[in-house]
Amino acid sequence: MKSGLLGAVSIAAVTAVAWSASANEQLQTMAEEQPGEWVMPTGNYANWRYSELDQIDKDNVDQLQVAWSMSTGVLRGHEGNPLVIGDTMYFSTPFPNNVFAVDLANDGIIKWKYEPQQDPQVIGVMCCDTVNRGVAYAPETDAYPATIILNQADTTVVALSADTGQVLWEVQNGDPGKGETATMAPQVVKDKVLVGNSGGEYGVLGHMTAYDIATGEVAWRAFSAGPDDMTLLDPENTTHLGEPVGVDSGTATWEGDQWQIGGGTTWGWISYDPELDLVYYGTGNPSTWNPAQRPGDNRWSMTIMARDPDDGMAKWLYQMTPHDEWDYDGVNEMILADLDFEGEERKVVVHPDRNGFAYTLDRETGELLVAEKYDPFVNWATHVEMDPESDQYGRPQVVAEYSTEQGGEDTNTAGICPAALGTKDQQPSAYSPETKLFYIPTNHVCMDYEPFRVSYTAGQPYVGATLSMYPTPESHGGMGNFIAWDAVNGEIVWSIPEQFSVWSGALATAGDVVFYGTLEGYLKAVDMETGEELYRFKTGSGVIGNVMTYEHEGEQYIAVLSGVGGWAGIGLAAGLTDPAAGLGAVGGYASLSDYTNLGGQLTVFKLPEEVASSE
Amino acid sequence: MMLKHAIRGVVLAACTAGFASAQAADPTAVENDAGKYFDAEGYPTFNIAEDGTVDFHTYSGFRRFNSECHVCHGPDGVGSTFAPALVESVQDMSYEDFVAVVAGGRENVGSGNQNVMPAFGTNPNIMCYLDDIYIYLRARGEGDLPRGRPAKKEAKSDVFAEMEDSCMG
Ligand code: HEC
Repeated sequence: MKSGLLGAVSIAAVTAVAWSASANEQLQTMAEEQPGEWVMPTGNYANWRYSELDQIDKDNVDQLQVAWSMSTGVLRGHEGNPLVIGDTMYFSTPFPNNVFAVDLANDGIIKWKYEPQQDPQVIGVMCCDTVNRGVAYAPETDAYPATIILNQADTTVVALSADTGQVLWEVQNGDPGKGETATMAPQVVKDKVLVGNSGGEYGVLGHMTAYDIATGEVAWRAFSAGPDDMTLLDPENTTHLGEPVGVDSGTATWEGDQWQIGGGTTWGWISYDPELDLVYYGTGNPSTWNPAQRPGDNRWSMTIMARDPDDGMAKWLYQMTPHDEWDYDGVNEMILADLDFEGEERKVVVHPDRNGFAYTLDRETGELLVAEKYDPFVNWATHVEMDPESDQYGRPQVVAEYSTEQGGEDTNTAGICPAALGTKDQQPSAYSPETKLFYIPTNHVCMDYEPFRVSYTAGQPYVGATLSMYPTPESHGGMGNFIAWDAVNGEIVWSIPEQFSVWSGALATAGDVVFYGTLEGYLKAVDMETGEELYRFKTGSGVIGNVMTYEHEGEQYIAVLSGVGGWAGIGLAAGLTDPAAGLGAVGGYASLSDYTNLGGQLTVFKLPEEVASSE
Repeated sequence: MMLKHAIRGVVLAACTAGFASAQAADPTAVENDAGKYFDAEGYPTFNIAEDGTVDFHTYSGFRRFNSECHVCHGPDGVGSTFAPALVESVQDMSYEDFVAVVAGGRENVGSGNQNVMPAFGTNPNIMCYLDDIYIYLRARGEGDLPRGRPAKKEAKSDVFAEMEDSCMG
């Protein structure tokens, strides 16, 4: 069944009086106790992307074969991953953001398809391809039916009936006329759905907004900069590295009104700790990319936020890159784990940042525990100051040679690692509670960066720097690595060199296998302990989607969206400029367009029946 | 203000040329007006010296292109998964058409296609440097300017500096 805007009747108006269990309790139970399903974009609230399923394991994964596949009908970059709830698989496409509900019990027929009507002009204000990182699911309660929530490119947030695809409600989360767009996957927490925005390259001010799932009404909105009533910070009780943030910290470190066009958009992943009752997410780059035009620390761009999901108030914050000079957005995944620090189990959040440092913080207090480079070539800062007595506590120690601010406007600062793409971007890592290791897809790219003066026009790009990017010099020649990371000791355990940036999200399973995709289009399976490659299959297009798994009628499946694009597709499609050309460099610098082509496709794998049944 | 600059460019070029050519003209520079070069038909063009030194407009175009356009058209104009290779386009396209597409945008959306070239007519960061971007792309497409940052450039002229100040406001 097809449903369009015509169905935009507020069924939600027919709300029941008493709520039974809240959505998040049910969701949490589903995520923890029904490993056969994949009920939220991030796998579970802790963002593990780990599955208990173990039918496919490291001994038989080499026999994996394609079970079925499906074209999405859209050519652009396909980030994100499907959900599986019961017998139904749900996924969204890049612009125009069609949503499919596929019946797994019925030969994969399309149960319903939702096709939003959006003004195509929004395509022109999406900085880095028209990606969409997936839909969220809220289980039925007394107040609303089972609901799928879509965050459209034009910032319309739509609640659809999971059964029929009927529109339950629709709200406008931002103004695409000002360059405000959406790409991130919403997250359902406690009868609310949390939605972020994009547009840091258009001077959009970031915010995180919680909508009531029953009605679509705004419960709270927390901006990334501004006075306290906009940022939802308490001058005394909200802390930064253990100290109260003070009054209006979201304007105090900006000059004049620059914060109003100051960026800090919230386009990454959201995690949630039900016990501490805190949600975690990161904020993006301050705008413009010309640091000279925005003196100060530019709080709270580039920040990890821990907020109360009921009212949005922040408990603690940590700004990783004060006064960004390189476009190192802080939006990457926030993985929640309980790790052993010298015999003491600590509740931590682990965050591999764009800036090349992987951070481990106490997720209750925001105390900084570990900040180490997860690519040894990271050079813009020597280290993060860990001494609480130092006035530099928590701040990266910037190397003058790679400071685009100290280099100044109209000066090219060369050889900065990582590039603006970051040591990783949004492509989410996986965590295994067995090995206690983090499996991180990374970029291995450096850059030259020349900032210059720009003027602001609403709805127009507001960039202010010229960049060129190239594979990390004097390394293995490739533009990516896939690594296993020890977040207690801050060490790389193993690292697999990759020809292109690994722009796909990882999956870890109880079968002791880790999966990820590559820009050439491979789905790869590697041994969780050693990183040894066990299987590869070349799908129809480059993979920038996240690998997921589910079970149906006793069989385990692995699914991934192909469809090259995203920032990686734009930068790498034609090959990056090669500083070492003529010095015998080969292979690694070839252009991605020699390897793959546009095209959205879902590919689903399983074991041959005789292998599966012998398990 | 920035619109005036661009439109003046078009009118000027059209007058000098007498007609709007469908094809780009021979890019050889025949005239140097305070560091800005023009071809025989009066269209802005590049000048690359034997030792690789580029005129300042080519350099300025390199900077602006790789800030404002590369996110869709790929680094150095070589194209991407998202938008065409402009180093090719400028060879088949008139100056007037180039200016018109950048100022007014273009939409090519239908079955299979989701191509939107935004309209930049109100954006001084682009319109004030549109000739430079055009010159740069010609140098890449029709000249022998390699990818990447030009190693050597002519100095910024006073005329350029004045123009920049008045256009950017
Ligand atoms: C948001 C993405 C985007 C940005 C940014 C962008 N373009 Fe485009 N541009 C496109 C797309 C997509 C097309 C193809 C439109 C079509 O298919 O008709 C295009 C087409 C063009 C064309 C016509 C090419 C031809 O072969 O007909 C020109 C000229 C052009 N762009 C110039 C520029 C310049 C100069 C800039 C920077 C100031 C720029 N564009 C920035 C997306 C973009």
